[in-house]
Amino acid sequence: MTFPNPTVSGGASAAAAGAVNAGVTAPRGRGGRRRTRPSRVIFLLVTVGIPMVVYLGLVIWPFLQAVYYSLTDWGGFSNTMNFVGLSNYRYIFTDGIFPLAVRNNIILAILVPLITVILSFVLATMVTVGGSSTGAVRGLAGSSFYRIVSFFPYTIPAIVIGVIWAQIYDPSKGMLNGVLTHVPLIGKHFDSFAWLGEVKSAMPASIFVIIWGFVGFYMVLFVAAIKGIPAELYDAARIDGAGRLRTMWSVTLPMVRETVQTAYVYLGVVALDAFVYMAALNPTGGPNNSTLTMSQDLFKTAFAQDQFGKACAMGVVLAVVTLVFAALVFGVNKLISRREGV
Amino acid sequence: MTDLTKHAAPPQQVATIKQPPAKRSGGDRGIMIGSHIVLIFWSIIVILPLVWSFFSATRSTSEIFSGPWTLPHHLWHNLSANFSSAWSDSGLGRDLLNTIIVVGVALILVMALGSMCAYSLARFPFRGSRAIYYLILAGNTFPIFLAIVPLFFVLKHIGLLNTFPGLILAYVAFAFPFTVFFLYPFFRALPGEIAEAAELDGAGDWRTFIQVMLPMAKPGIAAVAIFNFLGLWNQFLLPVALNTNQHNYVLSQGMYNFVSSAGYEVNYGALFAGVVITVVPVLIAYIIFQRQLQGSLSQGTMK
Repeated sequence: MTFPNPTVSGGASAAAAGAVNAGVTAPRGRGGRRRTRPSRVIFLLVTVGIPMVVYLGLVIWPFLQAVYYSLTDWGGFSNTMNFVGLSNYRYIFTDGIFPLAVRNNIILAILVPLITVILSFVLATMVTVGGSSTGAVRGLAGSSFYRIVSFFPYTIPAIVIGVIWAQIYDPSKGMLNGVLTHVPLIGKHFDSFAWLGEVKSAMPASIFVIIWGFVGFYMVLFVAAIKGIPAELYDAARIDGAGRLRTMWSVTLPMVRETVQTAYVYLGVVALDAFVYMAALNPTGGPNNSTLTMSQDLFKTAFAQDQFGKACAMGVVLAVVTLVFAALVFGVNKLISRREGV
Repeated sequence: MTDLTKHAAPPQQVATIKQPPAKRSGGDRGIMIGSHIVLIFWSIIVILPLVWSFFSATRSTSEIFSGPWTLPHHLWHNLSANFSSAWSDSGLGRDLLNTIIVVGVALILVMALGSMCAYSLARFPFRGSRAIYYLILAGNTFPIFLAIVPLFFVLKHIGLLNTFPGLILAYVAFAFPFTVFFLYPFFRALPGEIAEAAELDGAGDWRTFIQVMLPMAKPGIAAVAIFNFLGLWNQFLLPVALNTNQHNYVLSQGMYNFVSSAGYEVNYGALFAGVVITVVPVLIAYIIFQRQLQGSLSQGTMK
């Protein structure tokens, strides 16, 4: 093993060796536990202590405060903070449009990860094993071109993705209708069709934008995972007479299940938030609030209406839904792996 | 036929390397063509919106209004009008500078704090270090939205609301759990004997960490730095909630301004010029470094 940095192993270190030896064979404290030497304690205090102060102060502490605020009537009509129990929760689930937002988020959390994972998995399979089925498992010609291009959207900030697609969906000056109206037979239906303005199309159109932004990234992730699968597995499957679909289902998919799980959880978190996309596509919640999300309702309740207690209650609901979603994904994954007896 | 196989397998894409080229069956060719059609179709779906946006940046607002494919009449005039309007009138030039400052400082800070913390937790288990690690993992799972209202008031109380230091601290704090989560396995995998050898040679903890261990974790550091850069560059909620002074706007807020000021007169030419300004630099950097980037991304995620 070569030493990465010559200055450390250089002659200067010999002089210091004696001093350090004393530290390495540190005196033993009570109960035989080796006492950490003071310089190490300082090192740990700095390396762990300083980051943790920032993290505890700006992440963990606000999380805990949010739970407490959700039980108070802070904001709204007074600046005092009285404990009101669960009445904020009762309010947001009975009055107002929050239940609608929960429903929309659940739709998003079901469809966005499902479609994104399937699409990126299929594209990744095509790129890596779309070549020959005899001889070596090989990639498709031009596969690096497809990988590079598909990854483009991931380099674009989500808000800009939203801004671009809001223009593309525009009824009269948008690109989508500009393409579709030229398609024979069906073209006339898309003349000035308001993709984001109709209840039946606003949500699917928004979902597509999120998927567009993420497919390339997860495709690259799946390509990496598929390349990590030993080629012998494919050879064995082929000798056993497995066709392409069968191989994809029984060899590739089980081998990348961890990646699927990670992708599913991350995409679920994105879908349950979705704030940035909706802010660009339909800032006010869409036709009949059909694309309103919990995050949008929360933001409005907090920063436009100053009802901080209710907003924090919405945050707690959002966190609970996120945790339930993650638990479901892990649970289902465990169930499948147990059934397969792995 | 030989020609086809030669094209079909650029060496870096092949899962196994050493097998001789084999004959293709008819079904193979069908699958191959089918795969190409699907992949080309998806590539068009990815590229067309970008090309159309760039094309629209060359048109005046009235040309944009007269239809999605109206060609520009005064190309150079439109370009300069759109870009100067986006850059100065809409303030995207200032926003870009703000973004570079905020993201740059936050990125350096979070990489320093994150690698320090991950290294110590991975190499020196002490009483409570597991608990700290799990506390950091928990921060990965909870949505920022849960914290956003109290965070607003925490920053307000310490006088950092609507300031760069406040925004940078918030960026650092929320990128921190992911950084530790990602780097921890890298530092765990490093051989402890090397650190011990360095210590025997007289290097203190700091020197061992900075000059010996940190360079060995470079692949992981590079991958997480890329993820963090994209994540911070992408950040929207934190600035929108915590950075409401227009002089401090970051790029994502500047772009959002085009949408949120909808009812008023939006300069659509400038909007598309803004898209070009935000998209093109990172896109070019990505195309230049894509090989290294995809290498380190896949390496990072395989951990």
